[in-house]
Amino acid sequence: MSLMNRLLPWRVLKAKGIMGMNKRNGDYIAAYNKRSQYPLVDDKVKTKHLAEAAGVAVPKLYAVVEIEKQIRGIAKKLEPYDDFVVKPSHGSGGEGILVIIGRALGGYRKGNGEMMTESELDHHISNVLSGMYSLGGLPDTALIEQRVEFDPIFSAVSYQGVPDVRTIVFRGVPVMAMIRLPTRMSDGKANLHQGAIGVGIDLKTGKTFSGVWHEKIVEQHPDTGASIVDLQIPQWDKILELTAHCYDLAGLGYTGVDIVLDRDHGPLMLEMNARPGLSIQIANQCGLLKRLEKIEALDDIPESIEDRVKLAKTL
Amino acid sequence: MRNLHVRLLSLALILFASGLIFYKVTKLGLPLLPSEEIEVWSVEARLGFDPKDVPIKAQLTLPRSPEGYVIADENYVSGKYGLAVEDKEKNRIAEWAVRRAKGEQVLYYHLQLARDNNEDVIEEMIDNSKKSKEKIVFPKIPEYSEGKATAVNALLEEVRQKSADIKTFTRELLLRFNSKTPDENVQLLLSEVKTDKERVNLIREVLAGARIPSRTIHVLLLREGMRHGSLTPWIQVHNEQEWLSFNPGNSERVMPKNSVIWQMGDNPIFNVDGGKNVKLDFSISRHTQEPLRLAEQRARKMGSRAMEFSLFSLPVETQNVYRILLMVPLGAFLIVLLRNIIGIKTFGTFMPILIALAFRETDLVWGITLFTLIVALGLAIRFYLEYLQLLLVPRLASVLIIVIILMTVVTILSYKLGFEHGLSVALFPMVILAMTVERMSLVWEEHGAGEALQQGVGSLAVAALGYLVMSNDILNHLIFVFPEVLLLILALTLLLGRYTGYRLTELWRFRATFGD
Repeated sequence: MSLMNRLLPWRVLKAKGIMGMNKRNGDYIAAYNKRSQYPLVDDKVKTKHLAEAAGVAVPKLYAVVEIEKQIRGIAKKLEPYDDFVVKPSHGSGGEGILVIIGRALGGYRKGNGEMMTESELDHHISNVLSGMYSLGGLPDTALIEQRVEFDPIFSAVSYQGVPDVRTIVFRGVPVMAMIRLPTRMSDGKANLHQGAIGVGIDLKTGKTFSGVWHEKIVEQHPDTGASIVDLQIPQWDKILELTAHCYDLAGLGYTGVDIVLDRDHGPLMLEMNARPGLSIQIANQCGLLKRLEKIEALDDIPESIEDRVKLAKTL
Repeated sequence: MRNLHVRLLSLALILFASGLIFYKVTKLGLPLLPSEEIEVWSVEARLGFDPKDVPIKAQLTLPRSPEGYVIADENYVSGKYGLAVEDKEKNRIAEWAVRRAKGEQVLYYHLQLARDNNEDVIEEMIDNSKKSKEKIVFPKIPEYSEGKATAVNALLEEVRQKSADIKTFTRELLLRFNSKTPDENVQLLLSEVKTDKERVNLIREVLAGARIPSRTIHVLLLREGMRHGSLTPWIQVHNEQEWLSFNPGNSERVMPKNSVIWQMGDNPIFNVDGGKNVKLDFSISRHTQEPLRLAEQRARKMGSRAMEFSLFSLPVETQNVYRILLMVPLGAFLIVLLRNIIGIKTFGTFMPILIALAFRETDLVWGITLFTLIVALGLAIRFYLEYLQLLLVPRLASVLIIVIILMTVVTILSYKLGFEHGLSVALFPMVILAMTVERMSLVWEEHGAGEALQQGVGSLAVAALGYLVMSNDILNHLIFVFPEVLLLILALTLLLGRYTGYRLTELWRFRATFGD
């Protein structure tokens, strides 16, 4: 690093096209995301219905709990299922998500192997309803959906939980992607703030670069020790198509789309985010700005999903 | 396009606010900086007389612009008299008139004199008095009576030998008049003198013998609590450059510190046509006043609209509320800087500002101590509540109740232990405290103790910084006297609202990309 850059470190960031929080909020989210469309992605029940209507593959919805009283009947409703996931409809950052992987001793077994009684599950749902995990603490709805059984290709590089692929989609074109691998520290959650690893993905090939863990570069999974470099994400083109397709659901110009790879059902869209984080740039060792500016310079974005994916691969 | 809009809007706000501030400072003389209180003398001149059975015309000489002082306020109590004030040379003459009056008549003139600390103004005045080339008339040698002439000439001769110029001449002369053992000549001259006035006239007569221009001025000595005071005559002699003042009573050269020249020249101090037993006396009291109020009074006297809509027109209690309220935007601006330019994380956007407001009452160190104590205890109890698996709102309410109980206990304990400061804990915004406890415990559970403590310390640091900014006397003064500063803050905030550069903490966050 030259002396000049050492003294003025933001010049390095600028040269690499790293996008800061202010830039994201001011020039992309404020400019491309209409506020009236936010509820479509902030409310996971709405997103799910939209996705199902548009033919975007999503995990199956088992139940929606809207009021306290419905909690009493929930055990019965869940009887047919051995495993499921409880989510707050308005959650953010993976908070309030409870993964049940099976039943044992009259209770449930959580994703991290701990036991949970029925009343503890009820309390968790009640917390969700009271708005404990929702944006702004407003009363919320809990949704219970199919647990994704992730593709075994990832079992060596994730500690419990489900790895997911986060893609930034700008004006319908995927511009940057990473795969988020849960760690012991993240408690099985695929959230970078909570200690998951983010691994950059080459948009063209679907192969991983090195990863970032706590804003440091890593090449191995800290819990399993397996290499996280140069992994081929299966069904990569299908994933890209799915993310591009998601743009049509809400009409938000700048979103993050989260996709999981189910062993049996292939890529499923988990959720969309109108304020996707910036760590994806560290995972990819690459700034977003240059790619975003390329897309911004285009007058027309191709209509068809295939063309948009093609465009994404040229970035 | 949007940036241009914001910039133009900000520019307009900045220009408007700066213009208003400039007007208030230069035209109305509002002080930009807070200064210590200044002395204000309240002078009451009382002119009393018994009327004769004819129309009455009473004249009183008033100072116009006394050197070293500013007339902050003045008014006349005239009753049924008609009043006219006119300028006359260096004085003003107030003339009261009435066709008929019965019983003892009293007319009042109230004057508020503030010491003018503005040295420039004084210098300017001195310069002006030098520049204005007065025509000095050298007096003719008076025709003394025979016995007097010998005494005056002998005296003048003696003084002339012992002096070099007009200044020393006058001093020597006065020394002889004031000597405890005056020589024969002086004794002879003084033998006919009864009043101060006659004495001054005699001295001037002697000075005229040496063709020295002289005049009488009347000086009001400002003494706290003075009743029935009167003016003291002084003598001024001209040395062909300036007028030099002498106290005829003790030959002092320097005017006493607290004195004001009431009258200058040969006009009578007062004159009542149609009155007898005329008596003029002065009462004086001293008080201190903020320079700000003074400027404001002056601005009012000038009839400025800008002052009519100032915060000073509000009742004092309301003013005090706004003194605090107007500081909040500064705090908010600080938050914008810290969050969007620096990138510090805090619990709740404006929570630190509310805590900082509470610090105003508790002092910084005590505020931080009490805040930490309450939040720490609250957190401990909150973790226990988590175990009870309560619903959200009852849980929040419980935390609130516990916070208030803690506040009460801390207050009572610290009072018993003799810490006065512990009492001020009651001023903390308890709902904010409760929300802080709740949020901190959530962050603690979800992101770990490290993150929670980091945000907690961050919030406290921001609150401390906010306190320092919001309790700054200069800023406080500035924003209260010039509320248009708020528009400046708004303009800057709007500009920052379109700042899309990096935050300081992002340089650290993205350091991993510096690699190659």
